[in-house]
Amino acid sequence: MSSAKFNRPPSTRWHILVFLTPTLLIYTALMVIPLASTLKQSLYNRVDDTLTFVGFSNFSKLLFDPIWATGFWNALSNNLVFFVIHMALQNPIGIALAALLANPKLRLARFYRTAIFVPTILSFVIVGFVWKLILSPLWGVAPSMLKAIGLGWLFAPWLGREDSALIALSLISVWQFVGMPMILIYAALLSIPDEVLEAAECDGIVGWSQFFKIKLPLILPTIGIASILTFVGNFNAFDLVYVSQGAQAGPNYSTDLLGTFLYRTFFGFQLQLGDTYMGATIASMMFLLILFGVCTYLFFVQRRLQRYQF
Amino acid sequence: MRKLFLACLAATAFCSNMARAENTTLTIESWRTDDIAIWQDKIIPAFEKAHPGITVRFSPTAPTEYNAALNAKLDAGSAGDLITCRPFDASLALYDKQRLVSLNDLPGIDDFSPVAKAAWTTDDAKTTFCVPMASVIHGFIYNVDIFSELGLSAPKTNDEFFKLLEAIKADGRFVPMALGTVDQWEAATMGYQNIGPTYWKGEEGRLALVGGKEKLTDEGWAEPYRVLKRWSDFLGDGYKAQTYPDSQNLFTLGRAAIFPAGSWEIGLFSQQAQFKLGAFPPPVASAGDTCYISDHPDIGLGLNAASKNADAARTFLSWVATEEFATLYSNALPGFFALSKHPVKLDNALAKTFLSWRADCQSTIRSTYAILSRGTPNLENETWNASANVINGVETPEAAAKRLQDGLDSWYKPAK
Repeated sequence: MSSAKFNRPPSTRWHILVFLTPTLLIYTALMVIPLASTLKQSLYNRVDDTLTFVGFSNFSKLLFDPIWATGFWNALSNNLVFFVIHMALQNPIGIALAALLANPKLRLARFYRTAIFVPTILSFVIVGFVWKLILSPLWGVAPSMLKAIGLGWLFAPWLGREDSALIALSLISVWQFVGMPMILIYAALLSIPDEVLEAAECDGIVGWSQFFKIKLPLILPTIGIASILTFVGNFNAFDLVYVSQGAQAGPNYSTDLLGTFLYRTFFGFQLQLGDTYMGATIASMMFLLILFGVCTYLFFVQRRLQRYQF
Repeated sequence: MRKLFLACLAATAFCSNMARAENTTLTIESWRTDDIAIWQDKIIPAFEKAHPGITVRFSPTAPTEYNAALNAKLDAGSAGDLITCRPFDASLALYDKQRLVSLNDLPGIDDFSPVAKAAWTTDDAKTTFCVPMASVIHGFIYNVDIFSELGLSAPKTNDEFFKLLEAIKADGRFVPMALGTVDQWEAATMGYQNIGPTYWKGEEGRLALVGGKEKLTDEGWAEPYRVLKRWSDFLGDGYKAQTYPDSQNLFTLGRAAIFPAGSWEIGLFSQQAQFKLGAFPPPVASAGDTCYISDHPDIGLGLNAASKNADAARTFLSWVATEEFATLYSNALPGFFALSKHPVKLDNALAKTFLSWRADCQSTIRSTYAILSRGTPNLENETWNASANVINGVETPEAAAKRLQDGLDSWYKPAK
């Protein structure tokens, strides 16, 4: 019986194909084909009313022709600021909150956890609208609350000023998404075995030094994942700006991200007709940027991270 | 069996032919979902009463989906007989694709001025393909109660206008003018396009700009930006983050004295404001100057080239050009003014005031809508940005004008 089993020639493993096919089909139809055709479209343009292959001239137009380049570099640098603010605030705050939540002495931990996570699952439309109301110089609660504590002079129409609108929007986005790194890191902290911590305590490592010397190295891979998610999310961001500042990303394009730039170009806006070819070019640039960022992370950071098995 | 089938077919064909001879049904494609009741209860019954044998069906699609839905229906050959026309390039594209037909020979089409027809006429000004239905007029709406409390009256000249704003500001209880810059289009549409025609001399300047004889950096086009810059002293606290609905509420709640407006506000303001409303046209430079108003065509009606009921449709279209339609429409939708030359009797006092300016002032359309917004950078969208920048004080009027002209030069070559 058993020998028969061993001697049988390896059968075609149909089940692998059967299980892979649906995913492969759906993924190809919804992701691979649109992505490939976007990349292809970015190499074409209309010249004298006929569709022509133009090579990389769309890209050089986007990067060097002042009409497009000003908008593109502006959107890219805004996007970088947006990302830097997220990395500088959202993830450290997320880590700090997770560390506090993981503290067994904290009461009502579940309540805090839920309360801080709720904005993450709210719609952008709600978040944008609520914050616009809060910060409204006419009927918002922000000016009256600041006045109540004697800081009324601090208030400014932040969303309407070129120097502060992008920062204000970044902070709103940080507020909304701080729950994401928090939950990921909280889960990672909980999975650290007690023996490790007890051993540390035996060696006299407690409190802050325990966090920095024992816990932080153990959650570094998770922080890496949270960072890469932030990166991808930030460079695809569109909704919050669209909802609170409109597709023109005012004032004076100071909140224009690659996403809103793409939207205006691809679909057109007001009297501006959509330009699907330049739109596809911007979309391809976004894809390449994100690809580049993620690859850099994978090759230079991810491989050096030490993983500990318990 | 076969015979029976043929008989049935013949009978149906016969009957439907009979029905057609007796009664033609016209379908109107439109994006004005808001107006469905007005069409069904007022406009269509009036037409059907006068033209027995023609039934009209109003079938609107949501405004944001209209263009796409209409194009799909036209391609599939299932679009209605009458097509509601968006102004300028969207409809021109339909005519170029021969989806709409020329209406040059339509009885009544001559009752419209060239400015009214401009939005639905080919670039060479030879062919008109939609009957103009309605336009919106720019001006300033003010709170009469505040004005009489402060002993002020509507200004005629620019100096009077700014003196008036100073007076309201000095009193301190009211915001002189309700305008925000965060939405940008408010600054461009209610600001620049509202006061601008006075400086660039309406159609004369607009056509010169289209023809390349004038530039946006010329006095007539840069001066409105300088005036707009002065507005910033008279707007509410935090106007930089004030949205369009904020401005509307600020005014209807009686906290602001003046609202730079378009006539489309009349309907809403008449309902919401608890005070008396007045209106004045954009002030002129010195007393006695010709005044200019932006009288911007917004809705037209065209004939589907594939319509099987073209004759009935033409009957309807020439009815749209009559005085009867003008009166019905303008009264049902105060603030949307019929474009024909017929004198129209309006019930809404505020709408009447706006309309009276047509007699005293020269009409023009928004300078950026025709021809000049076909390329990238788009002049209309850039004008939003420039107007908001100038009011916010982050760009000088001269720099803004130069940027717009440079952007225009980069793709627009005026026909010689």
